[in-house]
Amino acid sequence: MIHSAKFLRLLSVLILIILFALVPRYARPYTIISLTSIFMYIVLTVSWALFSGPTHYISLASAAFFGIGIYAAAILGQKLPLPLVIFSGGFISFLLALLVGLSSLRLRGMYFTIFTFGLSELIRHFIQWWEVNETGTVGRWVIQVDPKVVYFAMLSIVLMTLVVAYFIKRSKFGLAIRGIGESEEAADHIGINVNAMKIITFAISTFFMGAAGATMATRWTYIDPSIAFNPLYSFTPVLMAIFGGMGQIFGQALGATVLTLLADMLLTKFPYYYMLLYGVILIIVILFLPNGLVGLKHEIKLWLRGMRQRYENT
Amino acid sequence: MSPLLFLDILIGGLMMGGLYALIAVGLSLQYGVARVLNVSHGEFIMLGAFATYSLYILFGINPLLSLVVSGPIVFIIGFLIHRTLFKRLRRLSQSLDAFEGSSLLASFGLLFIIQNVALLIWGSNVKGYSYLSKPVNFFGAVYAANRLVALLFAILIGIVFYFFLMRTRMGKAIRAAAQDVTTAQLMGVNIHWVLGLCFGFGALLAGLAGSLTSMMFDVTPLMGFPYTIIAIIAVVLGGLGNILGSLIGGLILGLIGNIVMYIHPGLSLIAYYLIFLLLLLIKPTGILGK
Amino acid sequence: MRILEGKGIIKNFGGLTALASVDFHIEPGEILGLIGPNGAGKTTLFNLISGSLVPTSGTIKFKGENITGLKPHRICRKGIARTFQLVKLFGNMTVLENILLGGLFGPSTGSPRSHTKKACLDLLEFVGLSEMKENLAKDLTIVNQKRLEAARALATKPELLLLDEFMAGLNPTEVALAIELIKKIRNLGVTIIMIEHVMKVIMDVSDRIVVLHHGEKIAEGTPEEIAADQMVIDVYLGT
Repeated sequence: MIHSAKFLRLLSVLILIILFALVPRYARPYTIISLTSIFMYIVLTVSWALFSGPTHYISLASAAFFGIGIYAAAILGQKLPLPLVIFSGGFISFLLALLVGLSSLRLRGMYFTIFTFGLSELIRHFIQWWEVNETGTVGRWVIQVDPKVVYFAMLSIVLMTLVVAYFIKRSKFGLAIRGIGESEEAADHIGINVNAMKIITFAISTFFMGAAGATMATRWTYIDPSIAFNPLYSFTPVLMAIFGGMGQIFGQALGATVLTLLADMLLTKFPYYYMLLYGVILIIVILFLPNGLVGLKHEIKLWLRGMRQRYENT
Repeated sequence: MSPLLFLDILIGGLMMGGLYALIAVGLSLQYGVARVLNVSHGEFIMLGAFATYSLYILFGINPLLSLVVSGPIVFIIGFLIHRTLFKRLRRLSQSLDAFEGSSLLASFGLLFIIQNVALLIWGSNVKGYSYLSKPVNFFGAVYAANRLVALLFAILIGIVFYFFLMRTRMGKAIRAAAQDVTTAQLMGVNIHWVLGLCFGFGALLAGLAGSLTSMMFDVTPLMGFPYTIIAIIAVVLGGLGNILGSLIGGLILGLIGNIVMYIHPGLSLIAYYLIFLLLLLIKPTGILGK
Repeated sequence: MRILEGKGIIKNFGGLTALASVDFHIEPGEILGLIGPNGAGKTTLFNLISGSLVPTSGTIKFKGENITGLKPHRICRKGIARTFQLVKLFGNMTVLENILLGGLFGPSTGSPRSHTKKACLDLLEFVGLSEMKENLAKDLTIVNQKRLEAARALATKPELLLLDEFMAGLNPTEVALAIELIKKIRNLGVTIIMIEHVMKVIMDVSDRIVVLHHGEKIAEGTPEEIAADQMVIDVYLGT
C-alpha cells in the first residue's frame, strides 16, 4: 500500500508544493512574477471549467468577477489587511454570481453565453460611467504589495481552487453537475435540485475568480475599467481549458500553463502581432484540438494504431 | 416636447436605424441560416469602411460608387471564411448547440485576427474624409446631406435585397433554409452553397453599411465592435432567426439610441446593454420570435 | 388511503385546452393503465403529476398531501418517479453512474455511500444490466436504455412509478420481458401508472384502466369493462 499509485501521486504533489514554496527565496524576480501569472490563469481556467465544463453553459462573464476582485482591492486595499481584501473580492463576486445565476440560469445555451458577455460589458461600461460622472476619476491607484507576498497569496488560492475543484468533482455533487449537463430534466426528476445546484456551483467558481482579481490588482499599480474588466479575461480561460483538455483538472491547468508561457513569449517577441496570433491559436485549437492536449495523447494512440494496421495489411 | 423636435429625433433615429437595420439583417442571415453568431460582424463593417476610405483617398473614387467594389470584396472574404472555417467546424461538431458554441468562439478569434490585420495595414490613427457633409433642409430640420443619402441607399439596398429574397431562386432557397435546413436539403437545396452564400451576404450587407458610415463617421480599426453589439441586440430583439424581426430591431435601436442621446449622451451604450439583458431575461424569443 | 388523487385537473396552453377537468385516483399497489388516442392529454397528465408542469387549476394529492405545483425534485423526494416517452438518460455517463445519481439524490432519507452503491448494484441485477455497468448509457440498445431508466427511477425509492410508453419500440419478445419486469416492480410494492398504446399489454397487466380523449376522462374501470365500453370502442375504431 505504501507504494500504491495514489500514494506516489500524493507525494509528488506535496514535493511540488514545497518546491513552489521555496521559489521566492532562490529565484529571480521575473520567475516569481511569471509563476504568479501562471497561477492566476490556472485559477481562472479551473474555476471557469468547474461550472461551464460539466454543464456546458459557456460563461463569458469571468472578466466581470475577476474585475470585481481587482476593484475590491483598489477600494478596500488601504483600509483592510490583504487576506481580508482577497476574501472580500471573492465574496462580492460570489454574491453577484448568486444574483446573476438566479436571474439567468433559466436561459439555454447560446442565450446564457451572450447574456454573460453582455453582463460583463455592461458592468465595464457602467463602472466607467460611474467613476467618471459620480466619483470623478477615470481610474484608481492600487496599494503596493510585495511581489513575494502576492506570489504566496496566489499560490494559496490556486491550491485552494484545485483542491475544491478536485473534491467537488469526486463528490456526489460533481456527479450531479455532470448529470445536469447531460439532461436537466432527468436530473430534476431524480431528486436533484437543478436550479440550486447550478447557481451554487456557478457562484463557487466565481469566488476564486474574485479572489484572484483582488490578489493581482497590485500588479497594475493603476487600474481602470478597461483594464480590470478586459473581455480577454473572459475567454482566455475558455481557450485555455479547451486547449489543455476540458474534461480533467490536470488538462485545464496544463492548458493554462502552456498558453500563459506562450502568450508571454508572443507578447515580448511580437507585440504588434499579439492579437493576430492569439486569434489564430484560438481557431486552431477549436478546429484541431477539440479534446485538448490531454486528448491528443489518445488521438495519437489511435492514429498510431491506424498506421500499424495499414502497415500490417500491406 | 414640440412636434418639430419629436420629428427631428424620429428622423435622426431612423437614419441610424436604417444602417443598424442593414447590419442586423446581415447578422441575422449568418445566425438564422448558417447558425453562426458572428461576433466579428462589425469587423466586416470596418473593412467596408476602410475599402471605401482607401478608394476615395487614393483614387478619388466616389464613395457611393465604391459600394460596387467594397461590397463584393467583403462578400468574397465572408464566403471564403465560411467555406474554410465554419463549414469544417460544422462537420466536426457533435450537436447544433456545440456548433453554436464553438463557432461563437471561433468568430472571436476572427475578430482578433481581422482587427490586428487592419491595425497593421492602416495603423491605429483615426481616419476620415469629408463627403456630402453640406447641411440640407429636410422636413424643417437640418441634416448633413450624407446622412440623408446614406439612409436613402440603405433603403435602396434593403429593397433590392428584399426582391432578391422573394423573387429569385437563390432567395427562395435561402428563405427555405432559414426556416428548416433539413427540409430544405430534402427539397433539393444545395445547402452547403446556401450556408456559405448566406454568410457571405451577411458580410456584404455589413460591408455596404460600413462604406456608408465612412461618409459620416471616423474610420478606425476598432470601430466595428460597438456595431456588432447593436446587431446582436437587434437580432435578439427581433427574434433569433427572424430576418424581418432583426430589421425592425435595428430601426427600434436606432430610435432608442437617438432618444437616449437627447437625454444623456454618454449613456447610449449602457442603455443598449440594459435593453439587451432585460430582453434576454423577460422575452428571449424577441418581439417577433418563434 | 388512495396513494394518488387528482381533482378537477385543468391544463391550458394559451388557447389550447390539454386537460379539461379530469378527476382520477390510484389505489396503493395497483397497476393503472392510462390510454387514449394521441393528443388525449396522457403525457400532459404525467407532466402535471411529476411536476414538470403546473396545473391551470385543480389539485393533486399524494398520500393525502397536496403536491400541486411542487418542483420535480421535491416530488421525486416525496416518492414519485417516472420514465419518459423519449428516454432521458445521462448519455455520456456510465450505467452505474446513471443509477447511482438516482440513488444518491432521490430517496427521502440518505444512506451511507456504500449502502447506496450496493442498493444500486442490486437494482442493476434486478433489471438485468449488471454486465453493462461500466458501459456508457448512450451506447446501450433501446431495450437496455429503457431498463436503465426504470432502474434509475427505482433507485430513488419511489412508492409510485409513472411509466410513459415503456413498450414503445420494443419487439414482441422484448415486450414480454418488459411485462415481466413491470410485474416484478409491482411485487416490490411500487404502485404503477402506465401510459401505453399496445392494447394487449394494457389489458394483460393493468388492474384498472382510465381512458382519456381530447383532455377528458371518457371511461374508467377494469380491463373487461373497458373492452366492452361502447364509447371507448368508438373512439379507437372511429365511427
